[in-house]
Amino acid sequence: MSANTAMAEKYRNNFLKEIEDQVEMGDWVKMCMQCGVCSGSCPTNFQSAWEHPPQELFMMIRAGKREEVLTTSSMWNCTSCYNCIVRCPRKLPITHIMHGIAEYAHRLGMAPKMQPTRFFSGLFWKNCTHTGRVNELKLSLGLYFKDGFAQGVKNGMAMQTVALGLLKAKRLNPFELFGGHKCKDQKGIQAMLKKAYEIERSRKTAKMAG
Amino acid sequence: MAKHEYAFYPGCSSQKGASASNYLTSVESMCKTLDVKLTEIPDWNCCGASIGYAEAGELPRHVMNARNFALSEQHLPGQEIVATCAACWLGARETRERLTHSDTLMADTREALKEAGLQINEMPNIRHMVEVLIEDLGFEEMAKHVVRPLEGVKIAGYVGCQTNRPFGVAGESFENPVYLDKMVEMVGAESIPEYEQKVTCCGGALAFSEPEKAQAQIKDIVESAYDHGAEMIVTPCPLCQANVEIYQGQINKRYGTKFDIPVMYYSQLMVVAYGGSAKDAALNGQVIKARRLEEIAAKPVKR
Repeated sequence: MSANTAMAEKYRNNFLKEIEDQVEMGDWVKMCMQCGVCSGSCPTNFQSAWEHPPQELFMMIRAGKREEVLTTSSMWNCTSCYNCIVRCPRKLPITHIMHGIAEYAHRLGMAPKMQPTRFFSGLFWKNCTHTGRVNELKLSLGLYFKDGFAQGVKNGMAMQTVALGLLKAKRLNPFELFGGHKCKDQKGIQAMLKKAYEIERSRKTAKMAG
Repeated sequence: MAKHEYAFYPGCSSQKGASASNYLTSVESMCKTLDVKLTEIPDWNCCGASIGYAEAGELPRHVMNARNFALSEQHLPGQEIVATCAACWLGARETRERLTHSDTLMADTREALKEAGLQINEMPNIRHMVEVLIEDLGFEEMAKHVVRPLEGVKIAGYVGCQTNRPFGVAGESFENPVYLDKMVEMVGAESIPEYEQKVTCCGGALAFSEPEKAQAQIKDIVESAYDHGAEMIVTPCPLCQANVEIYQGQINKRYGTKFDIPVMYYSQLMVVAYGGSAKDAALNGQVIKARRLEEIAAKPVKR
């Protein structure tokens, strides 16, 4: 049974409970009073392709719209500006809930596969935890080549002037490709993260069983 | 002994050859003048930034920040941690807050840290460099060192998001923080308190992944600075700086605008006003050259 099917079985007809158990800060969702200040404050609200603003997602969760919530690209539009957090009259940590729902959808494999920010988010975490520090060059190249080699070259060409400007200002180092900045105790970092994932996984599983 | 000492968390983007290396150069010059001693936390690691959320989860993210706390406690006991990057500061502060409020999270973090042979006994204070300047030194002390005021230069103070929300600088409002305008005045330049895009988001990581969305935001930020007659923009955040500066060419192509406005760090303005050279202020690190500042930096100092 896939992780998704198992969760769907366990939390049948109680999507709110599922979010409370499995999503970081998920137990705040029920506190939303649907005022819409978060939606009006969100910088991506004015962009196209914004399916559901936060307060709508919260109501959808309470209405049990599991499939729609977990497969939408909406959470991935978050720019982490924290405007919704500081303006929410009920003090919901909305940015963190958005990240939390996104992480959960990603964990279940339900998040839209080719959503660029989802891709970049995963890429960033892998990049920075690999050596303990971000490798900016590999991070950019990893993103450009996400849709294959030809598209990668095209994307790279489109970014040529930006890259040249940074190179001239010595704010981009081509040698980062062959190593770059890193932590000394990479082994310790890997061991520590492995443990952290183990603990987190066992806590989430315990909640599902409980 | 220096007047003020801190454990320093420079962050990934400040490293040599990275996108905010000019920030670090200017901060080092600024701190020399102000007698602030920064000691780098040995072997510090990335904070994970807000954008890592797809895979970071909760505990792994906090453990990354906690490792820096443990290293700081071990090597620089009793010192507060100072970050220059908005994301580093926010990430570390968030971890501090969460671990302080949850015994379970704290216990889990300690267990994971053991794997790297580290431990936390005390929670460090996490400060942003601008907090150190405003709270520990104060405007009066900062102004004392100005020997080359940036007279007649009009500068839009762009605070951005993560130095302002959700934590912000004590005593400032989220909607209209004024400390950056005060810093502009402090170096002898002209501020624009009515600059209405001062806390607009630059798009953050979406500038990489979904550039058309971020660039729509950046366009508003730059356009308003021009509308108010600004000659340059100043910011305390490395990602704001990079996003608002380096994509102006692409925005010009997309929208038919003619943007070409320099985007500076507060530390660069201060170094020039403190009598430093263009090199001390890392003006050579600008993609859009700050000609006016270069001219001022070449002038003799009034002492």
